[in-house]
Parts: sequence; C-alpha cells; structure tokens
Amino acid sequence: MAKLIALTPGAGLLPVSAGSVTLSEISADRLTSVAPFKGQDKAVGAALKKAGLGWPKPGQSVTGKGGEVVWFGMGKALSIDADLPDLSGLAAVTDQTDGWALVQIDGAGALDVLARLVPVDLRALGTGGTVRSLIGHMTASITRTGDQTFRLMVMRSMTQTLVHEVHEAMEHLAARG
Amino acid sequence: MRISCPLCGDRDRREFYYQGAALTRPAPDAGPQAWDDYVHLRDNPAGDTTDLWHHEAGCGAWLVIHRNTVTHAIHSVELAGATS
Repeated sequence: MAKLIALTPGAGLLPVSAGSVTLSEISADRLTSVAPFKGQDKAVGAALKKAGLGWPKPGQSVTGKGGEVVWFGMGKALSIDADLPDLSGLAAVTDQTDGWALVQIDGAGALDVLARLVPVDLRALGTGGTVRSLIGHMTASITRTGDQTFRLMVMRSMTQTLVHEVHEAMEHLAARG
Repeated sequence: MRISCPLCGDRDRREFYYQGAALTRPAPDAGPQAWDDYVHLRDNPAGDTTDLWHHEAGCGAWLVIHRNTVTHAIHSVELAGATS
C-alpha cells in the first residue's frame, strides 16, 4: 500500500524570523467546531463543563482536558485538541482539522507587527483572550497565548498569503531598527 | 467610523458589510401592495435610519443599527436575532 505523507499547512513556508519576531507553525491533531442547536446553549455548556471544559464567552478561550475551546464567532466555538464529550442532539460538531492553518507569532515586536495588519487594539487583549477580525484582508481568529505570543488562524488555503503578509510586516518593522 | 458590536466591542467599519434597510416582513397574505412596498420601495432619509449590517469579518452576527445619515452618529446597535 502506498505510504502517504501528511503535509501541514505551513510545510515549506515556516518558520521565518525577522528582527525580534518569529513566525512558526503550531501543530494541532484535531480541530472541531461546535455550534449549539437553537435553545441548547445551556445544555452544551453543562456537557462541556462536566467534561472539564466549558463554553467560552465571546472573546474568551477555555483551557481544559487535552486542549482548549476557543470562541469562534456568534454561536460557535472551536475545540483545539480538547477531549469533547458526546454532544449528539445538542450541537453541530464538525471536523475542521485540515481546514485551518495555525501559526504562532512570538517575540518582543509581535504586537507591533500585528498592529500593522489587524484593525483591533491587541494590547488590550489579556492572555487567553481571542478576537475574530482581519489580518490584512483575511478573516482570522487571533488568540493571545502569552505576553509576547499570539496564535493566528486563517483558512488553510490562505496560509501562503498569511505568511507573506506577516513576514513582510516583520521585515518592515525590523528594518526600522 | 466605528461600530460597537454587542459581542466584539468597538470595531472598525471595514469589518462590517452593509445590507440595507431593516424592514418588517409583511404577512404572507398581506396582499400585492404590501409586498411590492417591501420588495421595491425604500425611503432615502436625511436623518435617522435603521439598517441591517453584517459583522462579516468578525463574529458573523447580523446587527440592526439605528444611525443618523446626516451627523453619522450611531444611536444603537442590537443583534438582529434579539429584535425580531
């Protein structure tokens, strides 16, 4: 039988560095979107809580067993490697593993790089906070994972554009010294 | 111009898509005149207006926005699902 080689979205593109900032790929084994059916928000929240997780409020991410559940828009959350309970009948649970590219931007200038691309003041975002916004012209999910570290997510087909745009901003910032 | 999304907070106008006037859909049996008005006729007010906007580059929520076309003031922003 043929041996298939799995390629990550950022294969051959990442990591890249410029100045104090590094852009690298985050590996995630399972991405799953969870969208509660009408009127089932509370039941989904309770089921997630029982499983050691929780339903994230807008702009939040909940870390728990195995991974985290990130707010992903109105009535939607994305589980990254978390062990989800059985939500049949309560929510639409869909595999997104190959649909999104996850990259990490890290370094003293990370906020300044993102300030050039994202129309939201990310300085005001606490660790664990998340926003749905734009990176350049791409819709993205941006989560602060540390003081100088952010996780950027775009649709997988946009990976090359994401790397190009962020790397360019990193180089421009580095050129200013 | 900034729009305060009930879920996301203050966001730049470029994250939003303008849909049009927020109208109340007539009943199915309201008659051809009411449906003709609903489909085709729009006011073009210089002043207060109520429109639907979509937070397409953010949380994806549909919003009902009361605003003033002369002063550009935004009076209120509500989730469309909460008003209908």
